[in-house]
Amino acid sequence: MEPAHLLGTGGAIGAILRYTVDRVLVHDQYPLSTVVVNVVGSFALGLVMFVGLSHETILLIGTGACGSFTTYSSFSVQTVQLWERGDRVQATLYAGGTLGLCLLGAGSAIGIATLLPF
Amino acid sequence: MAHSQTLAHLEAILVVGIGGFAGSNLRYFVDLSLPNSLVATALVNVLGSLALGFLIYESRLTGAISETSRTLIATGFIASFTTYSTFVVDALTTTPALAVGYIIGSYALGFGAVLVGREAARWLRSVTPPTPRVSD
Repeated sequence: MEPAHLLGTGGAIGAILRYTVDRVLVHDQYPLSTVVVNVVGSFALGLVMFVGLSHETILLIGTGACGSFTTYSSFSVQTVQLWERGDRVQATLYAGGTLGLCLLGAGSAIGIATLLPF
Repeated sequence: MAHSQTLAHLEAILVVGIGGFAGSNLRYFVDLSLPNSLVATALVNVLGSLALGFLIYESRLTGAISETSRTLIATGFIASFTTYSTFVVDALTTTPALAVGYIIGSYALGFGAVLVGREAARWLRSVTPPTPRVSD
């Protein structure tokens, strides 16, 4: 399969999954669904990158699906919007919390992947 | 009623999938074009924040772009073009000093780009006559 097709298929799956999470986790005040997709996707990418998969599988699941499932643009726009609304503590917590949780998620995934016996 | 809602939902899923296909490929193309993965990821994240910032504030101010187009561009294309997972994994796998600079730089430029997008949307509204809102 062409790299662009593998990657694009993964990207489409990741985007549709993110859209589905966003519809299921209804939120009015706090961008909860973006936190969820970014933390889950960071954990998944840590596993996919370090568990020893083929280049094609990494393109499909890692760069494609995990890359598209997680999003930076929504995160930065939502942080600015929280700040504008006057929720400066919330905005800071959101920006710092997302970073902390995603680092923790990806870090523990890399740890698990390198400990696995294959 | 339920039938048309199902159709609208299927259309949104299709549109998001197409945007995701294109956005992830453009992200990969930028990554292949630049010698450094950190620079490539920072660039897509900053460009995507600029574009989404513009689109979100444009929709609030003028609403000239239809809901379907916005779903395709924002939720499909831009959100898939940018990535938080690669940003975090790159930060974890580089040197600690570089990681700190990379995180601070990405955050500062990302938020700054949203503000630039917002100002561009405000400027656009100030120079264009009011148009009827698109509803589809």
